[in-house]
Amino acid sequence: MADKVLFEFLHTEMVAELWAPHPDPGPGGQKRSLSILESIGFRVGQALGERLPQETLGFREELDVLKFLCKDLWVAVFHKQMDSLRTNHQGTYVLQDNSFPLLVPMASGLQYVEEAPKFLAFTCGLLCGTLSTLGFQSLVTTSVTSLPACKFQVVIRKP
Amino acid sequence: MAQIAVIAKENYPLYIRSTPMENELKFHYMVHTSLDVVDEKISAMGKALVDQRELYLGLLYPTEDYKVYGYVTNSKVKFVMVVDSSNTALRDNEIRSMFRKLHNSYTDVMCNPFYNPGDRIQSRAFDNMVTSMMIQVC
Repeated sequence: MADKVLFEFLHTEMVAELWAPHPDPGPGGQKRSLSILESIGFRVGQALGERLPQETLGFREELDVLKFLCKDLWVAVFHKQMDSLRTNHQGTYVLQDNSFPLLVPMASGLQYVEEAPKFLAFTCGLLCGTLSTLGFQSLVTTSVTSLPACKFQVVIRKP
Repeated sequence: MAQIAVIAKENYPLYIRSTPMENELKFHYMVHTSLDVVDEKISAMGKALVDQRELYLGLLYPTEDYKVYGYVTNSKVKFVMVVDSSNTALRDNEIRSMFRKLHNSYTDVMCNPFYNPGDRIQSRAFDNMVTSMMIQVC
């Protein structure tokens, strides 16, 4: 049962470590730290994108890949499934998690909404990296209106 | 005699190994032509309304000297294996299990933090696994 929190603690320390030397770095420094977190997540996503679907058979289309992200990837990393997946069938998907495990310990409501992006950057990279291994170039953004619910918007770029 | 190749989804080689060491150019050429057959099989699978999409592609094409087998992963990385036609002792299940071992080792390479996805594979562990497989085949 303890293995869930191991990753949460590691993630918290990762964010804290990047912000520790300059607690208030201003927009330029902040962007750099966010992109470092995203690129770490990206590399992890690339590896997970290779290891997790190993036993499953081929994905037939884009929607199957997104369903894999919502179910298998989320369960493997966060031990729960994504709460909802919506799409406009033209390459844009909105993944909604109503109680994102990395945000749950922080607050429940409107407090700390400005701090939330730091804690979502790694996960954005994770989604982007997994999609890239499975053959899709994507752009992932997040939006948080009230913790711990958050939305990931995935836009698949057409080749 | 046997050769094994790992090809990235953009169709460039990540790892090529053959025994014996001569005839490498001929082998590179064979792998290149087999990529066409692999692509054909992948697109055929996409169009057919088959529920199961197998990763193992089976015998791609037999020539008079060699048999070429293919396997594609979910990340569109292809494994191609060429074995001597005279080696009739090799059965389908053995080829399947060899591909599965290759897939497992490739996944380990991917998870190695010192490996940059897209680079040539230089992992010694992968080399050793391929060597042991080739000994098994020859």
